[in-house]
Amino acid sequence: MTSPLRGKSACIGLGMAGMGEAPGRNSMELMVEAAWLAARDAGIALQDIDGVFSATAVHSMPAMSLAEHLGLRPKFSSSSNIGGSSFMAHALNAALALEAGIIDVALIAYGSNQRTAGGFKTVSEPLPYEAVYKPRVPLTAYALTASRYMHEFGARREDLAAVAVAARQWANLNPQAFMQGDLTVDDVLAARMISSPFTKLDCCLVTDGAAAIIMTRADRAKDGPRTPVYLLGAAMEHHHRMISAMPDMLNSSARESSQRALAMAGCRAEDMDSYQLYDAFTINTLLFLEDIGLCKKGEAKDFIRDGRIAPGGTVPVNTNGGGLSCIHPGMYGMFVMIEAIRQIRQSAGDDEGPRAPGGWLGTAKLCLAHGNGGVLSSQATTVWGHADTL
Amino acid sequence: MTDAFAGPGPEAQFQSYLEDGKFMIQRSKTSGEYVFYPRVVNPHSGAADLEWVAASGKGSVYATTATSRRAEQGGDYNISLITLAEGPRILARVVGIAPDKVAIGMAVIADIQDVEGQLAVVFQPA
Repeated sequence: MTSPLRGKSACIGLGMAGMGEAPGRNSMELMVEAAWLAARDAGIALQDIDGVFSATAVHSMPAMSLAEHLGLRPKFSSSSNIGGSSFMAHALNAALALEAGIIDVALIAYGSNQRTAGGFKTVSEPLPYEAVYKPRVPLTAYALTASRYMHEFGARREDLAAVAVAARQWANLNPQAFMQGDLTVDDVLAARMISSPFTKLDCCLVTDGAAAIIMTRADRAKDGPRTPVYLLGAAMEHHHRMISAMPDMLNSSARESSQRALAMAGCRAEDMDSYQLYDAFTINTLLFLEDIGLCKKGEAKDFIRDGRIAPGGTVPVNTNGGGLSCIHPGMYGMFVMIEAIRQIRQSAGDDEGPRAPGGWLGTAKLCLAHGNGGVLSSQATTVWGHADTL
Repeated sequence: MTDAFAGPGPEAQFQSYLEDGKFMIQRSKTSGEYVFYPRVVNPHSGAADLEWVAASGKGSVYATTATSRRAEQGGDYNISLITLAEGPRILARVVGIAPDKVAIGMAVIADIQDVEGQLAVVFQPA
């Protein structure tokens, strides 16, 4: 049975601001700039927006602040925060509100100046029962997961490092990526140890950055200047907040979220032209390749050998350079979706700016954007497609 | 309203036991299943049937990380996930051994110690 939401809404515009470093600009200012650019990209007036969705690590009610800054009076808004995957969840909520006729135009936005403001900060409350041990949230949780993964499946630090190397190879093709330059497995292993088994280069960047997309119903999506990119499937699931409460540390609910999102889209995991997987740490990419079903549990380390997920490989993953080498302003989910959408738009002939040869896939019509939040806690998967896939 | 919701909540009770030198966890009166961290209702069944019992303190290391920290701030420290003999998993520090020498599968035993100014359950090699 075809899902009533499949392809009923589309991204018609997007914007990014303060990519990397944005000295002198605060988080909300960057988010406003990205929203303004997204509206211009979509060819709509700001006043056309009647649904506002936003989450950040430092604002308790960002949708209200954003609407106020932009002079909007939303009929529906949500500042629901489930961590870095909030934006995929917002896309699902926007699709529901659009299809129900509650709103006509949705804005989803994120902004952060954490790098120039002195590092990662969050309004997230300390975890009861765990704060006393001074875990570095979220780093400690992912390091623990990596330790168990290595123990269980015989993975080595070199296997984790290979993920960082592939991400950097993509970043080297993308002038918008914050980190550039050669990176080897040995470089990753030799970097400063942060929380074993992770060195600094197993961990995401700490950058500034803002991003926004505009979504509308499919019947209106074709009217704009940009190639509409349709939301074919979206699903989410979460089951823990603290890593100690994760039912099975080696199987995230990305399995459930991706299965349902792909079922809604009517696709198989292997059908995608690219896989944008929230890579806060190197272990994430390995886990998610397995959880979305591209390889068996414990086999991602073999799956990624010989550059399979790197530029020129058969399974393009994190083609912007990822959270590891492109951008990671505290919460990265918005950029994960935007990369999926941009690959499809560029393949359809839209001008998405320059990349070195291979940086744009050129033939992408179906892209998966998977978001992760908290400590492998919330998982939200979206599938985006060109009109030909409807 | 049942008696399960009377008096101090689970966090306050856990802390009170801790200050008395006891590491207590919860058990379902119905199924016998153990629960940690302390909850209002049993997350396995939804039943409001939890009672306090003394933890055996026995466990084994399920996952572990050595957190790097400057020497002047106290130096590196261990954080591990411990699978308690009763079943639940707890995040805590393993002490009495170099932070990077804690190994997955290692048998550990609970103790209550001062952790940087606060009383907490820690684990030591058994």
